[in-house]
Amino acid sequence: MTDTPLGPDQISGATPDNALRNADRAAAKDGPHDGPMLAADGTPLRRSLNRALRRQKLRALALVAPLLLFILITFVAPIADMLFRSVENQIVGETLPRTVAALDDWTFADGEPPDEAAYDALYSDMFLAAEAKTHTRLGGRLNYETTGISSLFRQAGRGVADIGEAQIEAIEDSSEAWDDSAFWAGLMLTGDEAAADTDLLADARARARIISGEPLAMPDETWPSAAAAAALPRTAVAYTEFALYTWSVDEDPPAEEDPWEAVWLSLALDLAANPDAPSAFSGAQAEALSAAQAALPPGTADFSFRDAFLEMDEDWGSLDVWGTIKAFGGPYTSGYFLSAADYSLNPEGVSAMPEDEQIYRTLFVRTLVMSLTITLSCILLGYPVAWLLANLPLRTANVLMILVLLPFWTSLLVRTSAWKVLLQQQGVINDILVWLGIVSDGGRLILINNATGTIIAMTHILLPFMILPLYSVMKTIPPSYLRAAKSLGATDWTAFWRVYFPQSVPGIGAGSILVFILAIGYYITPEIVGGTKGVFISNRIAYHISTSLNWGLAAALGSILLVLVLALYWLYDRIVGIDNVKLGG
Amino acid sequence: MTEAASDAFVAFERVQKSYDGETLVVKDLNLAMPKGEFLTMLGPSGSGKTTCLMMLAGFETATHGEIKLEGKPINNIPPHKRGIGMVFQNYALFPHMTVAENLAFPLEVRKIGKSEREEKIKRALDMVQMGHFGGRRPAQLSGGQQQRIALARALVFEPELVLMDEPLGALDKQLRETLQFEITRLAHDLGITVVYVTHDQTEALTMSDRVAVFDDGRIQQLAPPDELYEAPRNSFVAQFIGENNTLEGTLERVEGERCTVRLDSGEVIDAKPVNVGKAGERTKVSIRPERVEFDPELGPDAHTLKAEVREFIYMGDTFRTRLSVAGNDDFIVKTRNRADQVRLTPGQSVTIGWLPQDCRALDA
Repeated sequence: MTDTPLGPDQISGATPDNALRNADRAAAKDGPHDGPMLAADGTPLRRSLNRALRRQKLRALALVAPLLLFILITFVAPIADMLFRSVENQIVGETLPRTVAALDDWTFADGEPPDEAAYDALYSDMFLAAEAKTHTRLGGRLNYETTGISSLFRQAGRGVADIGEAQIEAIEDSSEAWDDSAFWAGLMLTGDEAAADTDLLADARARARIISGEPLAMPDETWPSAAAAAALPRTAVAYTEFALYTWSVDEDPPAEEDPWEAVWLSLALDLAANPDAPSAFSGAQAEALSAAQAALPPGTADFSFRDAFLEMDEDWGSLDVWGTIKAFGGPYTSGYFLSAADYSLNPEGVSAMPEDEQIYRTLFVRTLVMSLTITLSCILLGYPVAWLLANLPLRTANVLMILVLLPFWTSLLVRTSAWKVLLQQQGVINDILVWLGIVSDGGRLILINNATGTIIAMTHILLPFMILPLYSVMKTIPPSYLRAAKSLGATDWTAFWRVYFPQSVPGIGAGSILVFILAIGYYITPEIVGGTKGVFISNRIAYHISTSLNWGLAAALGSILLVLVLALYWLYDRIVGIDNVKLGG
Repeated sequence: MTEAASDAFVAFERVQKSYDGETLVVKDLNLAMPKGEFLTMLGPSGSGKTTCLMMLAGFETATHGEIKLEGKPINNIPPHKRGIGMVFQNYALFPHMTVAENLAFPLEVRKIGKSEREEKIKRALDMVQMGHFGGRRPAQLSGGQQQRIALARALVFEPELVLMDEPLGALDKQLRETLQFEITRLAHDLGITVVYVTHDQTEALTMSDRVAVFDDGRIQQLAPPDELYEAPRNSFVAQFIGENNTLEGTLERVEGERCTVRLDSGEVIDAKPVNVGKAGERTKVSIRPERVEFDPELGPDAHTLKAEVREFIYMGDTFRTRLSVAGNDDFIVKTRNRADQVRLTPGQSVTIGWLPQDCRALDA
């Protein structure tokens, strides 16, 4: 080398920079290409490369396939199901389809209960639901919204068979033919067998399928005939539903079963409404129908389902009941999410819950604040330990590592229960404090069954999740950085704060994300040591899953939690940057 | 050495170091450096050279003895107050700071004002020809560039003593040579005192004013490079520095600047006694490969040896011939590639010889 010093860019020979530069120069010399680069055999290079890589890619895919499937089945699907459940509300529309349809023109603002058509629809819906025993489920569902509906529905399920008792008895007494199940079947098949009312059958079939919840393997029977359906429309519908239900759920031929009361009552109403109905039939059928028609008690033509329901329970005249059915009639509802945010969807619209019933927003805020506190305590306690682990000689560090991991190997319940022993007012910690004279015997600290207890116990339990990522990041920071800083004149503190700490931030980030996300969904520990002031939103979710059985609300709370976590994650990415998170090396 | 230590810039006085309380890593080290010297500590790994450097920097404490800087003991001064610049083997550039921030670090902790800081950073970067790289991160630089920055950072706060711990170890040969030259030039231009640790003897020989050869926790020889090469004081130094042929034998006669050695194979050769006892004791004679001649035309009193060619290696500017001499199958002879130089073939018998003063009789 001569007197003229060479800059780094003028160094000749094999430096990494020069190699790159030479490659660039070589590429430039080849000049621009026309069209795609070709492989040796003339196929485009890109395609050639893809073909060469395809096998590799397929093998990689095959290797990850089991995990992919596992995750899809056990993770993605349940989350999707949860999200769906939080808005899903098909039970009302499926159980009371005609009622919901009849309420189309009615609004809560009308100020009075709906008209007879709605009660009529309610009767036929309720009768089928009572047979299938789905009315209690619906009652339970609507009871979340308006208290009392559950018992109202259960009572209606029992009483619906008694509606129109006078009419049913009159028909029964008018001719012995009505006691014959096969006679009913014959009545419905009157006329040209080919001319069945297929639309009616299809409707009934769809309904029976929903109510029974199973695909129906019905023999393609032909009820009702078009003639019967024209003369006795209500009866045809009621009988078809009865027949399908009997066939598919009870698995009995309808011709051998007594028809439901709903069929009898429908016949009475048909005969009262259409005096010429018997003339569409002939022979014994016509005779029996005429006899029944003659025997009908007076006032059958003006039969009111509304009166019948009101007689059962006055609440059937209540605006709130009908308003609730109307408000939750749709297949999807925002009701669960509104409840989860301390609002309620009621017949008048959306309104805030009374202040003493607002719990979820408080719980969400508490969950977030306490999770942050726990994360912060974990950083404060875990950082020195991780530093020690990373800087001690290997043998000592391994022993210490076992101490860190030991809590991992004991049951969560044991650890949490141990905290109960330690923290309670007559517990070890208070005893020691009293013995030391730091607190008086009367002034024992309340360390458990409140937020303090939850924070202490959860910090302990989640500490390893902070220490491990911190340790693995610190392990990669060479001690020479600190030495360099000190040799450059930095005090121990400056060297740590300006040089070591910034490099350990990715570990803090990874640990914080782990701890925070685990904390926000924690359930067992707050349940055991949290009392009332230290429980998290997850405890409320668990309550709705296992005790109140309001899964929709639980799903809505869970979805909000999920969105919150994702939002915080996004925020973290914006502020710290997710590539600044390192779990190791 | 002891009288020089009083006014030396850096002085180790009877320094010992033990890590485990059982073995000494550094045994009784005495060393005095005048201001402005470029001293290299050279030695195999585990010889204690890095430990010495770390003690000087303040990262290790001496178990016994005193280390003095400008006459003042520094044993109890923490590293950050010693004001010694240091360049590390893996550069130790702070990865989360830009180049300029790295250079600003030592100035900031010294509370130097912004404008002065910037001026010093600029000067330091220009000094290592990296003036335009202030905004880059260390990870965006090549190894050689990083080393330049590390150098600039160690110099930016103008220390009078700079320590370098194998700074060029991770670089390729070409870059290493360029930087060797630059480091020596900077050291001389700035008049700084440098303690340089390396296990690369070429580096030590080309860069240093003096080289301290370490082995087994002691300085085996402290001398300028030429003296070290030409006149190794013991057989370890002779072996360690440069290429060397060793023949073992017994001293037959010692007379002033000349001695006669009877080799184990029975032949007799002349040598210069350097580190030997009296007649009858064992010795190792050391001859540099380039000082051996074929078919020598030496004085009548010079001894010659018969040799058989084992291997001939063409190396461009030189030829290496491996010979079998007096029972040693690895006797190397280096000859320059001249037009008239014969190329020997394996199996050929030759006569070799050397001037007696080039053949040094050392400790066994």
